Amino acid sequence: MSATPVLAVKNLKKHFPVRRGVFSRLSAKVYAVDGISFTIKAGETLGLVGESGCGKSTAGKLILKLIEPTAGEIHLDGARIDQLPRADMRPFRQDLQVVFQDPYSSLNPRMRAKDIVAEPMENFARGSKAEIEAQVATLFEKVGLRRDQMIRFPHEFSGGQRQRLVIARALALRPKLIVCDEAVSALDVSVQAQVINLLADLQRDFGVAYLFIAHDLAVVEHISHRVAVMYLGRIVELADKRSLFANPQHPYSEALLSAVPVPDPTAKPKRIILQGDVPSPIRPPPGCHFHTRCPYAEARCRTETPLMREVAPGHFAACHLRPGRAVES
Amino acid sequence: MAVTADSIVKPAAASRSPTWTRIKDALRRHPTAILGGIVLLLLIGMAIFAPYLGTVDPQAISPVRRLRKPSETYWFGTDMLGRDVYSRVVYGARVSLTVGLLVALFATLIGLAIGLVTGFVRWLDGIVMRVMDGLMSIPGVLLAIALMALTKASLENVILAITVTEVPRVVRLIRSLVLTLREQPYVEAAIASGTRTPRILVRHILPNTIAPLLVQATYICASAMLTEAILSFLGAGTPPNIPSWGNIMAEGRSLFQIANYLIFFPGICLSLAVLSVNMLGDGLRDALDPRLARNM
Repeated sequence: MSATPVLAVKNLKKHFPVRRGVFSRLSAKVYAVDGISFTIKAGETLGLVGESGCGKSTAGKLILKLIEPTAGEIHLDGARIDQLPRADMRPFRQDLQVVFQDPYSSLNPRMRAKDIVAEPMENFARGSKAEIEAQVATLFEKVGLRRDQMIRFPHEFSGGQRQRLVIARALALRPKLIVCDEAVSALDVSVQAQVINLLADLQRDFGVAYLFIAHDLAVVEHISHRVAVMYLGRIVELADKRSLFANPQHPYSEALLSAVPVPDPTAKPKRIILQGDVPSPIRPPPGCHFHTRCPYAEARCRTETPLMREVAPGHFAACHLRPGRAVES
Repeated sequence: MAVTADSIVKPAAASRSPTWTRIKDALRRHPTAILGGIVLLLLIGMAIFAPYLGTVDPQAISPVRRLRKPSETYWFGTDMLGRDVYSRVVYGARVSLTVGLLVALFATLIGLAIGLVTGFVRWLDGIVMRVMDGLMSIPGVLLAIALMALTKASLENVILAITVTEVPRVVRLIRSLVLTLREQPYVEAAIASGTRTPRILVRHILPNTIAPLLVQATYICASAMLTEAILSFLGAGTPPNIPSWGNIMAEGRSLFQIANYLIFFPGICLSLAVLSVNMLGDGLRDALDPRLARNM
């Protein structure tokens, strides 16, 4: 597709300073996000996977401009937003919404459901009070809640219903992109399926794109079109869903995918067990971040940072052992 | 869209704000809180209707009838100037409760304003909190005495002096609440959906500080009544011509061994007032947030 992507992220970085001592000396930095690049097309879902602490949630917050990036560029629908001050950022927020992990803390306990969903529309004066209320009612139907539940408080809803409410709020402004940060991780499995199907339905109806941040590979495989695998602040592999799940190129993706349970009792699991722990993002290893745990690591992996290469059409991996056409990062 | 399993719930009942439901539930579970509330209401009634409760002018001096023991005519006896102690104690409720309630009101309002601003404006935080730490490092009564020494004795100045000593506690409470609340996902979601900062403060932060603030206000009320009595007892508080419980006790102190009722009755009233406010506060605290520390 040649059209402008909804979201283009270029070499995005976030380093958190670690301050210690009486005079707040800058003693170290946490390399939470260390140069990631990707694009999301209109109506597409990009899954972003990785284990806890790899920086995937930080990446989501950076894109939402809830925290300021250290370096890099964020383009929303062709417009650069990473350097915008808070006030100038405001109009762009209409195209960019969020669904957080915990449906309990992402709803203000002292507001009624309809006021929660109406708030984004009130912020941008989308119609009169009555018009907004009518839109709220339509949204309630769209996400599978009843109109008579509009006057309730969040504590009167179940976890799944709360997440529907959060989705209704995110949809209220008809955004082009919704960042789903572990949107279903806090729900139990049957409710997860319902919410994921709801997200898929809404994508079909409204053409909204998702950045779907998750650690559950089965969920990501179900909902995503393309998947990016993150390890210690960097994207190590980015490919079409089928291509990635069938033929992972990076050793880390390979190990990660081997851990997905297969719903077949006769299948012999071939688990790749990684040795050691994830190194601290305060002092990430030089070269390829993964070399300390990689079963295939060579000498150059310890010194030279691998670049993203196109190993197959549309399939990118950052590994010295996978020769391919180098792409600009 | 099909109705899914998790959208089926109990039939729609009247939807209540969580704060009020919880207050009502907890009061039902805490009989002491109700008792505290009743005693407090009686004391407030006593203060309001003081002239109609069989009292005489609490200032009327009658040297002939001085130091009478409690009797049918003089329920709580008379003091060394022959003033009716019962009347003085009943009128004294006005002073104590006025000081308690007004200090609680002003201290929470001022503390709330300062706390909200320091919690949201980061560069102010360090400065304001050091000033508050400084104020808190001086014992409250001492600070109030110092402030009273700078002004002249009047009820307004007593209220002002005690308010100054109580404000830092509220500021600290509200600031810590704001720091927690601003990290809440629903505040981040509000920022992400384009809500402006003033509206975030009013809509998302402020309503969630009300409950702990209410609890803190009851403790401040109790502590202010005590401080007022201490100041009056030390002669640094309410001017002696106004009957306050502290004043009555101060005047009775020298005669304690021959007329202990001079201290006994105002003392009982003060204890009752402080106890009832604290019991009410404990009930509210348990109702609103079990994790809230009592002396934050």
